[in-house]
Amino acid sequence: MTPPPDVHPPYLSPAYGSTVLRAPSLPPVTAKQDPEAVELTSPVFGHHEVDPLEADLTRRHDGEPIGERIVVTGRVLDSGGRPVRGTLVELWQANAAGRYHHDVDRHPAPLDPNFSGAGRCLTDDDGRYRFTTIKPGAYPWRNHQNAWRPAHIHFSVFGTAFTQRLVTQMYFPGDPLFPFDPIFQSVPDPAARERLVARFDLDVTEPEWALGYQFDVVLGSTPLES
Amino acid sequence: MPPSQTPSQTVGPFFGRALPYDGGHELVGEDDPAAVQITGRVLDGAGEPVPDALLEIWTGVNGTRGTLRRTGTGASGFGRCATAPDGSYRFRTARPSGPYLALLVFARGLLRPVLTRVYLADGPDPLLDTLEPARRATLVARPDGPDAYRFDVRLQGEGETVFLAP
Ligand SMILES: [Fe+2]
Repeated sequence: MTPPPDVHPPYLSPAYGSTVLRAPSLPPVTAKQDPEAVELTSPVFGHHEVDPLEADLTRRHDGEPIGERIVVTGRVLDSGGRPVRGTLVELWQANAAGRYHHDVDRHPAPLDPNFSGAGRCLTDDDGRYRFTTIKPGAYPWRNHQNAWRPAHIHFSVFGTAFTQRLVTQMYFPGDPLFPFDPIFQSVPDPAARERLVARFDLDVTEPEWALGYQFDVVLGSTPLES
Repeated sequence: MPPSQTPSQTVGPFFGRALPYDGGHELVGEDDPAAVQITGRVLDGAGEPVPDALLEIWTGVNGTRGTLRRTGTGASGFGRCATAPDGSYRFRTARPSGPYLALLVFARGLLRPVLTRVYLADGPDPLLDTLEPARRATLVARPDGPDAYRFDVRLQGEGETVFLAP
């Protein structure tokens, strides 16, 4: 049986120019299995450390941000499909015009004084997270001539082992920029790539208020999982 | 059927107002007698500093100081630090109970993080002992004054740091 294609992008993906000098050239070393290894555990987060308000990116300022209000929810699961409870989910994104609230973003699109574009929450007992935000805009970058990133939300997720730590990006269904984006295309397996695209969900959609999207995050296995 | 894994994507250049947090690089208080300082730089394949990397360390023990809010006493086991324009980072941590700390590095241009270990002393070790001397040396922090260590991360090329498979 041929092994399935790798889920993750290779470090070296020359179409994404910044990988060329940053991708390690040597293969990673597999450490001997050691049940005491530090990497097999993970930090835990207290409920008092995260304000529930941090999950609503539309209510962080005096006014409301411009843009299409959306709800993004999903579950964090381990490789066996079990919920990862009480884990930290962080996200960040551009505003509706495609501009980040960040000093190095030079895109000549307006900043929104009512949108900083960062949020976090802890998953519930079902492994579920839920954010209210606005749909980010596409934005240009200088990777190649006329390069544009498809609209996306950056996600950072912890599991129960440091080796499961995942940073990824969530995309929106049907984005015409997918075929031209070397970051999205860096995932070699088309089926795995599709798992980065959120699913529009009418049940999550709130009448007269916000469109709803579902995006589950499935972490890698750890040597101790059976 | 178990669900399929979610692929990694780069952290990109714009995490600066989302991921770093107050005291993130300070796992112990300033006057903690057990504190050690770990500093270093992240360098690319041309030997140039990487000014937009994010480092996370984990000692294996969660501790009592708080992970995201450093309000308690004692130590925290987790720390996070973004590199400065010169590629440098710093952590103040308690000495780990074992020989090493786990270190993850994220950056623009890294489509998945690199995982490594910071050993505070060389010695017999199931991982170190599998590595030839030059490679082994990349995982051992250099003493840099009292209770201070230096650990550079070379992502690629000469002196490339040993990275571990997750
Ligand atoms: Fe982005």
